[in-house]
Amino acid sequence: MNLEFTPEEIAFREEVRAFIEENYPKELAGSGTREDLSREQFLAWHKVLGKKGWSVPAWPVKYGGTGWTSTQKYIWGEENARVDAIMPLPFGVSMVAPVIYTFGNEEQKAKHLPGIRSGEVWWCQGYSEPGAGSDLASVKTTAVRDGDHYVINGQKTWTTLAQHADWGFFLCRTDPTAKAQEGISFILVDMKTPGIEVRPIKLIDGTHEVNETWLTDVRVPVENLVGEENKGWTYAKFLLAHERSGIAGVARSKRGIERLRDIAAKETVDGVPLIETPDFARKISQLEIDLTTLEFTELRTLASEAAGKGPGPESSILKVKGTEVQQRLTELTLEAVNHYGAPYAYGMEATGNGAGIGPDYADYAAETYFNMRKTSIYGGSNEIQRNIITKMILGL
Amino acid sequence: MDFNFTEEQGMLRDSLAKMIRDQYDFDTRRKVVASAEGWRKHMWMQFAELGLMMAPFSEEDGGLGGGPIDAMVVMEEFGKGLVVEPYVPSVVCGGGFLKRGTDAQKEEYLSGVMSGENIFAFAYAEPRGRYNLADLETTAKKDGSGFVINGHKAVVIGAPWATHLIVTARTSGGRRDVNGVTVFVVEKSAPGITTRDYPTVDGRRASEVYFENVSVGGEAVIGDVDNGLPLIELVSDEAIAALCAEACGAMKVAQNMTVEYSRQRKQFGTPIGKFQVLQHRMVDMFMEAEQSVSMTYMATLKLDEDTVTRKKAASAAKVRIGQGGRFVGQQAIQIHGGMGMTDELAVGHYFKRLTMIDSEFGNVDHHLKRYTDLSAGAVPVAAE
Repeated sequence: MNLEFTPEEIAFREEVRAFIEENYPKELAGSGTREDLSREQFLAWHKVLGKKGWSVPAWPVKYGGTGWTSTQKYIWGEENARVDAIMPLPFGVSMVAPVIYTFGNEEQKAKHLPGIRSGEVWWCQGYSEPGAGSDLASVKTTAVRDGDHYVINGQKTWTTLAQHADWGFFLCRTDPTAKAQEGISFILVDMKTPGIEVRPIKLIDGTHEVNETWLTDVRVPVENLVGEENKGWTYAKFLLAHERSGIAGVARSKRGIERLRDIAAKETVDGVPLIETPDFARKISQLEIDLTTLEFTELRTLASEAAGKGPGPESSILKVKGTEVQQRLTELTLEAVNHYGAPYAYGMEATGNGAGIGPDYADYAAETYFNMRKTSIYGGSNEIQRNIITKMILGL
Repeated sequence: MDFNFTEEQGMLRDSLAKMIRDQYDFDTRRKVVASAEGWRKHMWMQFAELGLMMAPFSEEDGGLGGGPIDAMVVMEEFGKGLVVEPYVPSVVCGGGFLKRGTDAQKEEYLSGVMSGENIFAFAYAEPRGRYNLADLETTAKKDGSGFVINGHKAVVIGAPWATHLIVTARTSGGRRDVNGVTVFVVEKSAPGITTRDYPTVDGRRASEVYFENVSVGGEAVIGDVDNGLPLIELVSDEAIAALCAEACGAMKVAQNMTVEYSRQRKQFGTPIGKFQVLQHRMVDMFMEAEQSVSMTYMATLKLDEDTVTRKKAASAAKVRIGQGGRFVGQQAIQIHGGMGMTDELAVGHYFKRLTMIDSEFGNVDHHLKRYTDLSAGAVPVAAE
């Protein structure tokens, strides 16, 4: 056991750092936590990385992965977090792509993987339904075979950033007589197909991040079925469990604590910097200790994966503890900015924080806190994670 | 970065686990703890034969060439088996000071630590010092080429079994000054040393140790006169890492026992492990135990980094382990219900050990403050 970087790893870090400094879009510096970006802003860095060959580090090398070691991936995450980079969105890169290259056929791989890699094609996730949130297996959207097509009918919800999406991956019931987990299929859908309507859902922070997606007699060619019909639940679970690296958000939270320290050094209580008051200083310490704990739990997980042991039991902790740290960070940031959390930033640039009311560092503090409550709900709520650990690890 | 154990470390773990399984079952431990001696010298010697005492020392010093990772491996197994023999006091602390001593000190004492014949206890705490390692009322006054020690050391773990003591004392300066602290090695049988021995709540033995005009020669000083604090802090951080490993072992067992019990115990016609409120509690116990392992690795791996990094790492780990150990211990008792309150079940003994680990070398509050002060650059340190 040791924590040292090899000379090669140090050289790699220098290379990555220099590349980011030279190529990260200057106008997007420090925007990584904002939710109201345009399609172009979201994709800008992804496209640069696509050209460089660094947009999909975790993929197998033959599909365009970088073949980096877990330590290199760790360095990659750290270096991007230093500039608060807007990273490639997960829906294509780390959700649908692993399903396609693991279970899809050669045509599907050739058709879809290049666009995901380059950042040209935007994907969205059609999993949740109004009646199927954490209980994902109860999907009601149907896909009925009609000649060379499936005809899809139903309603999906919480479709993140579907307003920008070119393609979506949908869980549909193909066998209505089967038990809950069986009879579900995993189907790729061109979002421009007639019969698809995407309606915005406005969230408590004021952003339009998620949507309702209505599907009415949407005709999809059968070649868009991934893997076998009625085996979609297997692929769905694979997808949920697959992308663990990065879910903890360690590097980004580290940067967030640095920002929090800066804010707490500027704010004063009775003339004393907030960071020098024992109460607040200890809150930051506890958060930082929790984050260090998370970091080393993630490093253990990566090491265990690299050793070919597959994710160890500790990987299940990353979702729960990672989101707790992210939430606590936004909570303390809002506490730190006090009154100036109030001016509303989104959608009213003329009157809110965006117009220069209050210190710059107070911008989005409350909005981000509100927004981050989602993290313990999505991706299998933290209660569902505990159910998974109960079953898979404790064996109860 | 590398999180793998070496083959030797894996073998050490396996053979130690087997020895504990075969000779340290819970009933045997209860009898030993209740006996007049409170420990088994022959068990200690068997541990020595297995190489535990030599494992963390360099080959140059006569050890097996390992380090803190080896001590971590040993202590996690000790934690699983609730082993009472004094590995941390004698090998991690005693050995930790001596390996940084003079060649003469190494020759006289360290080889005995590794053979198991010399048993050290670390007399650092005082009745009024809480966790401040520099808050010393024990004094060592210069007397010719040597010193005369006077004072009272509190709750010296393993002292009843010890042949030697490492003692911290003030040689100059005011009561809490960072400078003016010196470390001494003394034989426990030295004239002027008296002890009051007693059992501890977690199955160990400890002593109040009184020094009355105890004369030692100049060769008893480990490190520099008046500038012993950096060394004391270093060895204490090593002890913290080892205790964290012990706590990890104890947490894992307490958590597993609880899950097992929840499978057997029925209420309202159902195993209580089927109740979601208890399932999620046990998941939280599992997460605390795993996170404690992560932090134990972290602190152990950072022991050889710069002083501030090392201290912050040790404090962060001690905070995590203190909090995790309390949660796991308390919930293990809660989920066992009334049975968890009985002396007959092992689970209560894991709870008690986890509770006491928090108070060794500084509790959660102490280390959260130390971490905070170090983050602000506010901790005065003696010259290094």
